[in-house]
Amino acid sequence: MSTEPMNGSQILLKALSEQGVDVIFGYPGGAVLPIYDELFKQNHIRHILVRHEQGAAHAAEGYARSTGKVGVILVTSGPGATNAVTGLTDALMDSIPLVCITGQVPTHLIGNDAFQEADTTGITRPCTKHNYLVKKTGDLARVVHEAFYVARSGRPGPVVIDLPKDVAMGLGHYTPATAVGHKSYNPRTEGDPQLIAQAIELMAKAKCPLVYAGGGVINSGPQASERLTRFIRDTGFPCTLTLMGLGAYPASDKQFLGMVGMHGTFEANHAMHDCDLMICIGARFDDRVTGRLNAFSPGSKKIHIDIDPSSINKNVAVDIGIVGDVGNVLGEMAGLWKARKNKPDKKVLAPWWKKIEAWRSRLCLRYKPSSSIIKPQYAIERLYALTREHKDVFITTEVGQHQMWAAQHFGFDKPNHWMTSGGLGTMGYGLPAAMGVQVAHPKALVIDIAGEASVIMNIQEMSTIAQYRLPVKVFILNNQYMGMVRQWQELLHGGRYSESYMESLPDFVKLAEAFGAAGLRATKPDEVDDVIKEMLAIDKAVIVDVMVDQKENCFPMIPSGAAHNEMLLGPDDEAGNPISDEGMVLV
Amino acid sequence: MSPQAQQENKHTISVLVDNEAGVLARVIGLFSGRGYNIESLTVAVVDPKQALSRITIVTSGTPMIIEQIKAQLDRLVPVHKVSDLTLDGPRVERELALVKVRGLGEKRVESLRIADIFRAHVVDSTQESFVFEIVGSTEKLDAFIDLMAPLGLAEVSRTGVVAIARGVDTI
Repeated sequence: MSTEPMNGSQILLKALSEQGVDVIFGYPGGAVLPIYDELFKQNHIRHILVRHEQGAAHAAEGYARSTGKVGVILVTSGPGATNAVTGLTDALMDSIPLVCITGQVPTHLIGNDAFQEADTTGITRPCTKHNYLVKKTGDLARVVHEAFYVARSGRPGPVVIDLPKDVAMGLGHYTPATAVGHKSYNPRTEGDPQLIAQAIELMAKAKCPLVYAGGGVINSGPQASERLTRFIRDTGFPCTLTLMGLGAYPASDKQFLGMVGMHGTFEANHAMHDCDLMICIGARFDDRVTGRLNAFSPGSKKIHIDIDPSSINKNVAVDIGIVGDVGNVLGEMAGLWKARKNKPDKKVLAPWWKKIEAWRSRLCLRYKPSSSIIKPQYAIERLYALTREHKDVFITTEVGQHQMWAAQHFGFDKPNHWMTSGGLGTMGYGLPAAMGVQVAHPKALVIDIAGEASVIMNIQEMSTIAQYRLPVKVFILNNQYMGMVRQWQELLHGGRYSESYMESLPDFVKLAEAFGAAGLRATKPDEVDDVIKEMLAIDKAVIVDVMVDQKENCFPMIPSGAAHNEMLLGPDDEAGNPISDEGMVLV
Repeated sequence: MSPQAQQENKHTISVLVDNEAGVLARVIGLFSGRGYNIESLTVAVVDPKQALSRITIVTSGTPMIIEQIKAQLDRLVPVHKVSDLTLDGPRVERELALVKVRGLGEKRVESLRIADIFRAHVVDSTQESFVFEIVGSTEKLDAFIDLMAPLGLAEVSRTGVVAIARGVDTI
C-alpha cells in the first residue's frame, strides 16, 4: 500500500493507467465532474468526447475488438448510464471486454430518487458480466483491477463500476494490481487432455468432418487464428465460420466454405447438415446458425470447444464438450494430430470434398447484375476489390441487409478486422464502432458499411469524428427502406411494407458537409468505382451515399423455422416454400 | 430425443457465494431472466469470517436444463461453488414451518394430537390458537399442513429447504 492518500478520482486514473489504458470514450456530467477534473490535469490517458453515451460504448467495442484490449467508457449517473445500456448488452452478447465507469449520486443520496439517480447496478446486472458499486474510496483500486480481470478473462464481457461522487472525491490508499487476486472467479483455460484425445480419435475416424468456428477464436487472440488455420490445413478438413468468427480463417483459402447460418453459403449450410463430425470451436450454436433445431445436423457427432461451460449443451447436445481457451486446446490438438501415426489418408475425405464442390458449384452468392441500377452486392464487391492494395482494412457494419452482404462479399483474411453487432443486432453500431477502431489505428483504412436507416441511429457521432479528425469512411447502401424488415415483410407478411419505408431521409452528401466531412454519391453502376476511388483518395472522413436497388433481397437464406438443407437460393425459390406457422413466430 | 432426456426432475442445488450486496439478486435474476423454475430458495451466511453465504435452491427441469442452470450459476463472478446435491448422493433435506391454527373444543385438541404425532412443538398459544413449529422434509410439512386445514389452519410461514450431503465429504 502506498503511503500518500489520494482522492478517488486520482486512484481511478492511476488504476486505469496501471491496467494499460490509453484511451477512454466518455461524456461528462455532474456525478463524474471530479474524475473529469483529474483527467484535465494529466496527459497519459486520452479522452474521446462522444456525442451520446451509446456511441461511447460502441466505440469502446470497436476499439476492443480491433486491438484485443479492454475498451473503457466513462459516463455520468442516471441518463449517462442508461444510455450506455444498449452498448453494454451488445458487448455481453458478443463477448467484448469493456469496463464502463458510471458516475453515481453520493452514497448518502442513493435510494432517494436524487437528481440524475438511477439504480445502475440494478439496471445493468443482467446486461453485464459483472458489476460493482464502490462504497469506499479505499476499495476503488482493488475494484478497478478486479473489473479488468473479470472483463478480459474467461469469456470476455462488459463490467460496470458504479462510482458515487463522494467516493470519487474522498481520500484513500492505492492498491497495485499485483496485490489483487480473485477468490471465486478463475475460469478454466486448459482443456481436459482425456477429452482432447477422444476428440482426436473421432476426427481420425471421420469421413465427412466440418470445422465450425466462431468469435471465440478471435477473442482468444491472433495466435488462436493461426493455430486454427494450421490445424485445418494439416487435417484437410473443410471450415466454416460464424458471422462473429469471420477473419479467424482466411476467406481466400479453398478449404473455407464461407459463412454459416441464416444468410450463410449453400455449401456451408449443406455441409453442416450432412457432416458426420462437427467440430465447433468458440461458437455457440446460436439460432441464426442452427436453423430449426430438431433438423440440425441430424447425423453428426459433435465436439464443442468453448471457454464458457454454459455454452456447452445449451442449445444442442454434444458428444464431447471441452472447456478451455480455444487457442490452448487447438495447440494441444495440433500436437496430438501431428504425433499420430495412423492418420486418415486425404483420400478418405475426397468423396466429401466432391460433395462440397457440387454444392459450391451452385454459386449461391450470385445475383442478377444490372447496368442501370446499382446492386448492393456489386457495390461491396467493388469496395473489396478496390481496397486490396491497402495494408490494413477494418470493416464495421450496422445491422441489416447491408451487414449480411458485407459478410458474404467482403473477404476477411485476418482476425480483428471485422466489427459487427452479431448477437444483439444493434442498428447504429457501425459508425461509433468505426470511430473506436480509427482511434486505435489512426493510419488504417476504416470503413463503416452501413444502411441508411441504421446509420441515422447514431449519426451524431459524425461530430466526434470531426472533432478528432478521424478519417472514417461511411459507405451507405441506401435503399430508403429498412431493408431486412422490408425483406421479411415481403417473405412473411404478404408484401405489406408496414412502416419500413423512410420518407424525408437527409441528403447524406450535405449531411457529410455539415459535419465537416466529404460527401459523395453514386446512382449508377458505372459511378461506383469512381466514387470508391475518390473516397479512398480523401484523407478525411467521407460519407458515400450509394443509391442501390430498393427491391434487392439478401440470399441465400434459411427461412425461419427451416433446416439447413431447406435454403432459398434466390427469389425464384420463394414461391415453392411457404413459411410454416412455427417459423412465423420466430424472430 | 429420448423420453428420459425430456423428463423433468427436481434437483436441490447448493451454491456457495460471497456474502455481498446484490448476490441474491444475481441468482434470482438469472432464474427469472432465463425462465427457470424456483420451487424454493433459502440463503444465509454460513462462514462469517470468509463472508460466505450458502444458497439452497430447489428447482426442476430436464437434465439439459439442470446442467445449464448449474453452468449459469457457476459463471456468476461471486459464486465459489455449485453443487448438485441430488446427483451427488444421499443427502439430508430439512425445512421448518411455523403454522398458526385457530380453533376451540375438539378441533383444538385434535390439532394438538396430530402435532404430537408429527413431533411439532407448540411455540405460542392463546386460548383460541396455537403456533406449531415443525421441522422435516417438504413432504412431511405438506402433510402436516393438509391435516391442519380442517382444524382451523390460519397462517403458514416456511423457510424453504436447506440441505447437506450425508457422509464425510463437503461441498
